[in-house]
Amino acid sequence: MLEMRKDIFADERADNLKEVGQPTQRQDMLGHVTGTSAYYDDHRFANLLHLKILRSPHAHARIRSIDDAAASRAPGVKRIIRAADVPVNLNTLLSLIQFGKDDEPSLATDVVRYKGEPILGVVATSERAAREALELVRISYDPLPAVFDVEEALKPGAVSVNPVYPKNTFEYHGKYDHQKLRFGAVEQAFAQADFVSEERYQMSPIEHAPTETNGSIAVPDTNGRFTVYTSTQALFFSLDTSAKINAMPSNQLHFIGGTVGGGFGGKVDTLTEPLAILAARLTGAPVRYRLSRHEEMQFGSPRGAERIYVKDGVMRDGRIVARQVRAYFDAGAYTRLSSYAVVKCVAHIPGPYTIPNVHADVFCVFTNRTPATAMRGFGVTALDFALECQMDKDAVAIGMDPLEFRLLNAYRDGDMKAHRREAKNCALIECAQVAAEKANWPLRDEFRKMSSKKDGGAERAGVADRTRMSTPAAPVRTGTSAPQRVTYERPAGSTSPPPIQSTPPATPPAGSTHGVRRFSSVFGTRRR
Amino acid sequence: MKTSIQFRLNDEEVATFADSGSNLLDVLREGIGDLSVKGGCWQGTCGTCTVLVDGMPRLSCVTLAESCEGKSIETVAGLRQGAKLHPLQTAFMERFAAQCGYCTPGMLMAAKALLDREPNPTRENVVDAICGNICRCTGYEPIIAAVLDAARAAPRRS
Amino acid sequence: MTIAVKTFARLAEAASALSTERGARFLAGGTLVMRAVNEAEPSIETLVRSTDPSFVGIAVTSGRVELGAGVTMAAILGERELAFLHPVARAVGGPAVREAATIGGNLFAPSPYGDFASALLALDATVTLAGGYGQRELSLEEFLGRRERGASLVSSIAFKRPANEVFRFTKVTRVHPKGLSVLAIAAQLPLANGRIAGPRIAYGAMGRMPLRAKAAERALEGRPLEDNAIAPALAVAADGTSPLDDAIASAWWRREILPIHLRRLLLGAGRS
Ligand SMILES: Cc1cc2nc3c(=O)[nH]c(=O)nc-3n(C[C@H](O)[C@H](O)[C@H](O)COP(=O)(O)OP(=O)(O)OC[C@H]3O[C@@H](n4cnc5c(N)ncnc54)[C@H](O)[C@@H]3O)c2cc1C
Ligand code: FES
Ligand code: FES
Repeated sequence: MLEMRKDIFADERADNLKEVGQPTQRQDMLGHVTGTSAYYDDHRFANLLHLKILRSPHAHARIRSIDDAAASRAPGVKRIIRAADVPVNLNTLLSLIQFGKDDEPSLATDVVRYKGEPILGVVATSERAAREALELVRISYDPLPAVFDVEEALKPGAVSVNPVYPKNTFEYHGKYDHQKLRFGAVEQAFAQADFVSEERYQMSPIEHAPTETNGSIAVPDTNGRFTVYTSTQALFFSLDTSAKINAMPSNQLHFIGGTVGGGFGGKVDTLTEPLAILAARLTGAPVRYRLSRHEEMQFGSPRGAERIYVKDGVMRDGRIVARQVRAYFDAGAYTRLSSYAVVKCVAHIPGPYTIPNVHADVFCVFTNRTPATAMRGFGVTALDFALECQMDKDAVAIGMDPLEFRLLNAYRDGDMKAHRREAKNCALIECAQVAAEKANWPLRDEFRKMSSKKDGGAERAGVADRTRMSTPAAPVRTGTSAPQRVTYERPAGSTSPPPIQSTPPATPPAGSTHGVRRFSSVFGTRRR
Repeated sequence: MKTSIQFRLNDEEVATFADSGSNLLDVLREGIGDLSVKGGCWQGTCGTCTVLVDGMPRLSCVTLAESCEGKSIETVAGLRQGAKLHPLQTAFMERFAAQCGYCTPGMLMAAKALLDREPNPTRENVVDAICGNICRCTGYEPIIAAVLDAARAAPRRS
Repeated sequence: MTIAVKTFARLAEAASALSTERGARFLAGGTLVMRAVNEAEPSIETLVRSTDPSFVGIAVTSGRVELGAGVTMAAILGERELAFLHPVARAVGGPAVREAATIGGNLFAPSPYGDFASALLALDATVTLAGGYGQRELSLEEFLGRRERGASLVSSIAFKRPANEVFRFTKVTRVHPKGLSVLAIAAQLPLANGRIAGPRIAYGAMGRMPLRAKAAERALEGRPLEDNAIAPALAVAADGTSPLDDAIASAWWRREILPIHLRRLLLGAGRS
């Protein structure tokens, strides 16, 4: 059960808080246990129509022709929705924050790029009628070669998946095909390391599988507006995306949601609302677009599959002196949120460890798989899996206890991170100590006495000269008495233009960042 | 073709017309208006739609509604007796055994089916009772703990 | 288009409706048929049911067991005389599935379903088909071989009751306590003077439908259930199988682990 370890960092927190640290009942709990919480589909409307979507059976194909004549005459069918009916039939989610180019149609026009891609909609008086009508649509396809492997997709001559990004890589800041991190000099460090380990990690896509599938109901209001009941995790995001795709002012949309039957990132993509609204517009009736479980699995975006290569240089005394990461995020056929996952991944490299030489290249790659999106710590979770596996292997290689190995290398207050920011409020050491205690994992005394607040900075993680390898750090002193806080001398403003993670221009002391140019991985260099 | 269907729902006689071949889940939600029953897969795999038919747990999404003619059906809407919560409901609240709440109606009914027949279940009994119900949020431990708590709290039957 | 539901008081009537109605499909527990109905499977136009009491009958005598095809997994679990089948019935889905799932339906369930059918195959069951013109009996093995052809109604299933301790069953899953079969093994292992005499072993999920492990059976004949003695049977365990390659497990994996689980079953360490 919940245990608050208030003895740790006791001096950093006021302990007279009423809610923080106290168990509090969820405000929706009574509704949940009585079956009265109203999810999007728990709203009833007379004459509700149902939208079902015809989906591509091919991973990559050209659509030669679509014959929906029989379907449009089928019993109960009110309207066929075709690509040409969609007012703005190209979008990317993060266009709302000016990140990335519109690359995904709501309904495919000439080419389908993954199995499950929407092609055409049928609006009918019942879900059954809509499903039966879909069976009557005839589409002829010219199958195209497809690419399913991230590294294959980057080879010269590879199948081009997404015409907006013909080279199969997302484009950062209009010109870069991947995100970089450079700190110290890994090659020299590898040359001097006692052990070098190199491994490859491959993740599979993971479906969020919320118990409630994605869905929404769009209802024409009496004043020309539409009320939309939705399962979205991102109400305003979905509202603006729907407004954009339907070319309508966002004040014509009233979104109602918040009671979500599980999301985990699988309900941020605005998968159903735009077409539900379009269908309601075209028929003048309330329309529900609810994914079946099969659609949720096939069309609902998963956590992307990542391929991660990690190379570590480790000293016999346990210090990690270099870490190199090369990773490929499988975005699937369209961007959705993978581009951002890559940024998060690079921001997390090299993990919560102080390593003087770090080098990373991370790519967001397009393939003919279901587009991937956010899921619980996306960009970070898979990387952490790879890094922590690697940590275990490193520890075994040098004959060190894996937990002590982590404690030794963990960030401490005052350390310099590979991103050239000072590590603050570190707590990994304390977490690991408590975990060891709970698991009855024996730690030697000096490791039990380690602290995030002691011995950080200085030569342990100093960056004397960023272009050459830093002087090998002196052996870590453990169990020293005086806590030693070191303030970093920030490197002077670099003049070189940013390859993505370049040095930020001189940062003034904390506390006054206003008006300063700051580098953001998403937006580039900006004034604050 | 519409067909009439009549059964007892939470101790009330109810009747509706539905398309023949409809599943019980749709009839309860669309026909009768009991929205306490949720659907998550419409193929029998998630357990969200679990209701009791003559006291036994059934997946309403793969139960032909017409086969329930004249039977007695229980849903979570009938679990609470007036203002008083069922011990399972109280225990679920106290144990934080729900997060999004979408699986909860099915979990509660699966658990009720167990407690109705086995007032003193073992942990293993509880695990078996809810093993067809998927919860993606909470983790099963708080749910198991809640069911065991509810069994201890419930007035003893003979 | 809606579906017609036709309910018959007698199995024979249901059988003839099944062969004459357009797009007719028999509905037993419905755990699989209703899914297809929900998805508007175009081949289903009529659902045929029967309320015939014989369809859910259980008759256990000292030598023989006869089960109506409409007997559910829950009903098997409620029958003390059928304790040897409880591990099998308990292996099918969760409690709500077991409440509906019938043994007749299990004979038609596509792999990796069909755990109960594998057990029945090991028990050398016979299947009785109801037709408009009377009944017909055939072995389950023969029945499975032609399962995909034509819609005949299974009315009951019968088999010789195995002596105590002779019948064994194991199911390998990736999710506990309930999950679909990576594979299932059912076996009758009668002993004469400490040696196997006339074994019968069946696999689930090692092919498109439950199948016999004939090579392993031959290799076991006359041998004691000891590690060295069963080695030749384990070596040929996967002979004649064509396991599924699906989301649960790859065909390779199924073939790899089959001998391990067969060994555990033979040496008495199977899950029950
Ligand atoms: C969540 C879930 C978990 C499951 N887990 C398992 C499992 O672990 N192991 C397993 O083996 N199965 C499992 N199943 C599959 C299925 O429930 C069982 O195989 C069950 O025994 C099928 O029986 P039923 O009565 O429900 O069949 P139905 O759905 O009624 O019928 C299935 C098919 O058989 C035909 N049929 C049924 N009875 C007869 C008859 N008497 N004569 C002629 N045709 C007939 C029907 O026409 C239909 O084509 C699972 C299903 C679900 C939904
Ligand atoms: S909705 Fe019935 S089991 Fe999932
Ligand atoms: S609480 Fe969300 S699925 Fe169980």
